[in-house]
Amino acid sequence: MTDVRPRIRLPRSASAGDSILVKTLINHDMETGLRRNSAGETIPRQIINRFTCDFNGRNVIDCALEPSISANPYIEFEAIVDQSGDFVFSWHDDNGEVYTATETFTVG
Amino acid sequence: MLTRRDTLALGLGATAVATLPMGAFAQTADEVMATYTGGATPAEGGVTITAPEIAENGNTVPIAVSAAGAVEIALFATGNPTPPLGRFAFGEASGAPTIATRVRLGRTQDVVAIAKMADGSFAMARVEVKVTIGGCGG
Repeated sequence: MTDVRPRIRLPRSASAGDSILVKTLINHDMETGLRRNSAGETIPRQIINRFTCDFNGRNVIDCALEPSISANPYIEFEAIVDQSGDFVFSWHDDNGEVYTATETFTVG
Repeated sequence: MLTRRDTLALGLGATAVATLPMGAFAQTADEVMATYTGGATPAEGGVTITAPEIAENGNTVPIAVSAAGAVEIALFATGNPTPPLGRFAFGEASGAPTIATRVRLGRTQDVVAIAKMADGSFAMARVEVKVTIGGCGG
Protein backbone atom coordinates (compact mmCIF):
# COMPACT_ATOMS: atom_id res chain seq x y z
CA MET A 1 0.00 0.00 0.00
CA THR A 2 1.78 3.11 -1.14
CA ASP A 3 -0.72 5.91 -0.69
CA VAL A 4 -2.90 5.09 2.27
CA ARG A 5 -4.94 8.16 3.07
CA PRO A 6 -7.18 8.30 6.15
CA ARG A 7 -10.32 10.41 6.01
CA ILE A 8 -12.15 11.64 9.07
CA ARG A 9 -15.38 13.55 9.43
CA LEU A 10 -16.38 15.32 12.63
CA PRO A 11 -19.34 17.63 13.23
CA ARG A 12 -18.65 21.35 12.70
CA SER A 13 -19.42 22.24 16.27
CA ALA A 14 -20.49 20.77 19.59
CA SER A 15 -20.85 21.88 23.18
CA ALA A 16 -18.62 20.59 25.95
CA GLY A 17 -19.97 17.25 27.16
CA ASP A 18 -21.76 16.43 23.92
CA SER A 19 -21.58 13.03 22.27
CA ILE A 20 -20.50 13.52 18.67
CA LEU A 21 -20.60 11.21 15.66
CA VAL A 22 -17.15 10.35 14.28
CA LYS A 23 -16.88 8.89 10.77
CA THR A 24 -13.61 7.38 9.59
CA LEU A 25 -12.47 5.77 6.37
CA ILE A 26 -9.10 4.66 5.06
CA ASN A 27 -8.31 3.44 1.56
CA HIS A 28 -7.03 -0.11 1.83
CA ASP A 29 -7.69 -3.29 -0.19
CA MET A 30 -8.35 -5.48 2.88
CA GLU A 31 -7.00 -8.47 0.93
CA THR A 32 -8.70 -11.49 2.51
CA GLY A 33 -6.07 -14.14 1.73
CA LEU A 34 -8.81 -16.24 0.12
CA ARG A 35 -8.62 -14.86 -3.40
CA ARG A 36 -6.44 -16.20 -6.20
CA ASN A 37 -4.75 -14.24 -8.96
CA SER A 38 -4.99 -15.10 -12.66
CA ALA A 39 -2.11 -17.59 -12.29
CA GLY A 40 -4.08 -19.48 -9.64
CA GLU A 41 -1.80 -18.48 -6.76
CA THR A 42 -3.34 -17.38 -3.48
CA ILE A 43 -2.98 -13.66 -2.89
CA PRO A 44 -1.55 -13.29 0.65
CA ARG A 45 -3.73 -11.73 3.30
CA GLN A 46 -3.13 -8.05 4.04
CA ILE A 47 -5.74 -6.21 6.04
CA ILE A 48 -6.09 -3.47 8.61
CA ASN A 49 -6.34 -5.69 11.68
CA ARG A 50 -6.84 -3.01 14.31
CA PHE A 51 -8.29 0.49 14.51
CA THR A 52 -8.18 2.77 17.52
CA CYS A 53 -9.36 6.26 18.40
CA ASP A 54 -8.32 8.34 21.41
CA PHE A 55 -9.49 11.78 22.48
CA ASN A 56 -7.08 13.74 24.68
CA GLY A 57 -5.32 10.50 25.57
CA ARG A 58 -8.54 8.74 26.63
CA ASN A 59 -9.65 5.78 24.58
CA VAL A 60 -12.85 6.12 22.55
CA ILE A 61 -12.86 2.84 20.65
CA ASP A 62 -10.53 -0.06 19.99
CA CYS A 63 -11.50 -2.38 17.14
CA ALA A 64 -10.13 -5.78 16.10
CA LEU A 65 -10.95 -6.18 12.43
CA GLU A 66 -11.18 -9.37 10.39
CA PRO A 67 -10.85 -10.06 6.65
CA SER A 68 -14.64 -9.89 6.25
CA ILE A 69 -14.58 -6.12 6.77
CA SER A 70 -15.04 -4.42 3.39
CA ALA A 71 -12.22 -2.85 1.42
CA ASN A 72 -11.62 0.78 2.44
CA PRO A 73 -12.80 0.09 6.00
CA TYR A 74 -15.40 2.54 7.22
CA ILE A 75 -16.06 2.85 10.92
CA GLU A 76 -18.55 5.17 12.55
CA PHE A 77 -18.94 5.65 16.31
CA GLU A 78 -19.65 8.23 19.02
CA ALA A 79 -17.26 10.12 21.26
CA ILE A 80 -17.78 12.42 24.22
CA VAL A 81 -16.02 15.76 23.89
CA ASP A 82 -15.78 17.14 27.43
CA GLN A 83 -13.40 19.86 26.25
CA SER A 84 -11.43 20.93 23.20
CA GLY A 85 -8.64 18.61 22.21
CA ASP A 86 -7.13 16.21 19.73
CA PHE A 87 -8.54 13.05 18.25
CA VAL A 88 -5.80 10.55 17.43
CA PHE A 89 -6.67 7.73 15.06
CA SER A 90 -4.53 4.71 14.20
CA TRP A 91 -4.91 1.93 11.67
CA HIS A 92 -2.67 -1.13 12.06
CA ASP A 93 -1.73 -2.95 8.85
CA ASP A 94 -0.86 -6.67 8.67
CA ASN A 95 2.52 -5.63 7.26
CA GLY A 96 3.39 -3.90 10.54
CA GLU A 97 2.80 -0.35 9.37
CA VAL A 98 0.63 1.95 11.48
CA TYR A 99 -1.15 4.80 9.76
CA THR A 100 -2.13 7.64 12.08
CA ALA A 101 -4.19 10.80 11.79
CA THR A 102 -4.86 13.65 14.19
CA GLU A 103 -7.85 15.97 14.18
CA THR A 104 -8.25 18.91 16.50
CA PHE A 105 -11.76 19.49 17.75
CA THR A 106 -12.87 22.72 19.42
CA VAL A 107 -15.97 22.80 21.60
CA GLY A 108 -18.07 25.90 22.14
CA MET B 1 -21.16 -53.92 -13.49
CA LEU B 2 -23.29 -51.17 -11.94
CA THR B 3 -26.67 -52.33 -10.72
CA ARG B 4 -29.58 -49.97 -10.19
CA ARG B 5 -28.99 -50.15 -6.43
CA ASP B 6 -25.30 -49.21 -6.75
CA THR B 7 -26.19 -46.18 -8.84
CA LEU B 8 -28.64 -45.03 -6.19
CA ALA B 9 -26.06 -45.40 -3.42
CA LEU B 10 -23.54 -43.44 -5.46
CA GLY B 11 -26.01 -40.61 -5.87
CA LEU B 12 -26.72 -40.50 -2.15
CA GLY B 13 -23.01 -40.40 -1.37
CA ALA B 14 -22.49 -37.48 -3.72
CA THR B 15 -25.33 -35.55 -2.07
CA ALA B 16 -23.83 -36.12 1.37
CA VAL B 17 -20.44 -34.81 0.21
CA ALA B 18 -22.02 -31.79 -1.45
CA THR B 19 -23.95 -30.72 1.66
CA LEU B 20 -21.05 -31.28 4.04
CA PRO B 21 -19.11 -27.99 3.59
CA MET B 22 -22.11 -25.80 4.44
CA GLY B 23 -22.76 -27.76 7.61
CA ALA B 24 -19.10 -27.42 8.54
CA PHE B 25 -19.22 -23.63 8.13
CA ALA B 26 -22.33 -23.25 10.26
CA GLN B 27 -20.76 -25.27 13.05
CA THR B 28 -17.62 -23.19 12.86
CA ALA B 29 -19.64 -19.99 13.28
CA ASP B 30 -21.41 -21.44 16.32
CA GLU B 31 -18.08 -22.55 17.75
CA VAL B 32 -16.52 -19.15 17.17
CA MET B 33 -19.42 -17.44 18.93
CA ALA B 34 -19.33 -19.92 21.82
CA THR B 35 -15.60 -19.23 22.21
CA TYR B 36 -16.30 -15.50 22.38
CA THR B 37 -18.90 -15.88 25.12
CA GLY B 38 -16.84 -18.50 26.96
CA GLY B 39 -19.65 -21.01 26.46
CA ALA B 40 -22.33 -18.78 28.01
CA THR B 41 -25.62 -18.50 26.14
CA PRO B 42 -26.27 -14.82 25.35
CA ALA B 43 -29.63 -13.34 26.28
CA GLU B 44 -31.88 -12.32 23.40
CA GLY B 45 -32.75 -8.65 23.19
CA GLY B 46 -31.07 -5.40 24.13
CA VAL B 47 -29.04 -5.42 20.94
CA THR B 48 -30.20 -3.68 17.76
CA ILE B 49 -28.76 -4.51 14.35
CA THR B 50 -29.53 -2.25 11.42
CA ALA B 51 -28.81 -4.02 8.15
CA PRO B 52 -30.43 -4.13 4.72
CA GLU B 53 -32.93 -6.93 4.17
CA ILE B 54 -31.51 -7.47 0.70
CA ALA B 55 -27.92 -6.53 -0.14
CA GLU B 56 -27.35 -6.19 -3.86
CA ASN B 57 -23.58 -6.16 -3.47
CA GLY B 58 -22.11 -8.47 -0.84
CA ASN B 59 -18.81 -6.62 -1.00
CA THR B 60 -20.05 -3.65 1.04
CA VAL B 61 -23.03 -4.31 3.25
CA PRO B 62 -23.67 -1.51 5.75
CA ILE B 63 -24.21 -2.85 9.27
CA ALA B 64 -24.95 -0.76 12.35
CA VAL B 65 -25.21 -2.14 15.88
CA SER B 66 -26.11 -0.56 19.17
CA ALA B 67 -26.41 -2.18 22.58
CA ALA B 68 -27.12 -0.12 25.68
CA GLY B 69 -24.70 -0.94 28.48
CA ALA B 70 -22.24 -2.84 26.29
CA VAL B 71 -18.50 -2.56 26.81
CA GLU B 72 -17.75 -4.47 23.62
CA ILE B 73 -19.66 -5.63 20.55
CA ALA B 74 -18.57 -8.58 18.41
CA LEU B 75 -19.98 -9.17 14.94
CA PHE B 76 -20.22 -12.50 13.13
CA ALA B 77 -21.28 -13.54 9.64
CA THR B 78 -22.50 -17.10 10.09
CA GLY B 79 -22.11 -18.07 6.42
CA ASN B 80 -18.71 -16.57 5.60
CA PRO B 81 -15.55 -18.69 5.19
CA THR B 82 -14.23 -16.82 8.25
CA PRO B 83 -17.24 -15.97 10.44
CA PRO B 84 -15.79 -13.24 12.72
CA LEU B 85 -16.24 -9.71 11.35
CA GLY B 86 -14.69 -7.71 14.15
CA ARG B 87 -14.72 -6.77 17.82
CA PHE B 88 -15.39 -3.21 18.88
CA ALA B 89 -14.43 -2.23 22.43
CA PHE B 90 -15.71 1.05 23.84
CA GLY B 91 -13.34 3.18 25.90
CA GLU B 92 -13.92 5.75 28.61
CA ALA B 93 -14.38 8.59 26.09
CA SER B 94 -16.97 6.66 24.08
CA GLY B 95 -20.24 8.51 23.60
CA ALA B 96 -22.51 5.51 23.12
CA PRO B 97 -22.10 1.75 22.64
CA THR B 98 -22.89 1.96 18.96
CA ILE B 99 -20.89 1.36 15.78
CA ALA B 100 -21.49 1.29 12.07
CA THR B 101 -19.27 -0.31 9.45
CA ARG B 102 -19.37 -2.08 6.11
CA VAL B 103 -18.79 -5.80 5.75
CA ARG B 104 -18.40 -8.51 3.13
CA LEU B 105 -21.04 -11.23 2.96
CA GLY B 106 -20.32 -14.22 0.72
CA ARG B 107 -23.92 -15.34 0.41
CA THR B 108 -27.35 -15.01 2.00
CA GLN B 109 -26.86 -15.62 5.72
CA ASP B 110 -27.45 -14.45 9.28
CA VAL B 111 -25.44 -11.63 10.80
CA VAL B 112 -25.06 -11.97 14.56
CA ALA B 113 -24.06 -9.28 17.04
CA ILE B 114 -23.02 -10.29 20.55
CA ALA B 115 -22.67 -7.54 23.13
CA LYS B 116 -20.51 -7.99 26.19
CA MET B 117 -22.06 -6.10 29.10
CA ALA B 118 -20.25 -4.35 31.94
CA ASP B 119 -21.28 -7.13 34.36
CA GLY B 120 -19.75 -9.81 32.11
CA SER B 121 -23.04 -11.10 30.71
CA PHE B 122 -23.78 -11.32 27.00
CA ALA B 123 -26.72 -10.29 24.82
CA MET B 124 -27.23 -10.96 21.15
CA ALA B 125 -29.29 -10.20 18.09
CA ARG B 126 -29.50 -11.94 14.72
CA VAL B 127 -30.73 -10.70 11.34
CA GLU B 128 -30.84 -12.38 7.97
CA VAL B 129 -29.34 -10.52 5.03
CA LYS B 130 -30.16 -11.74 1.55
CA VAL B 131 -27.19 -11.30 -0.77
CA THR B 132 -27.66 -10.99 -4.52
CA ILE B 133 -23.97 -10.92 -5.50
CA GLY B 134 -21.54 -12.46 -3.02
CA GLY B 135 -18.55 -10.57 -1.64
CA CYS B 136 -15.88 -13.23 -1.29
CA GLY B 137 -14.33 -13.03 -4.71
CA GLY B 138 -16.57 -15.64 -6.31
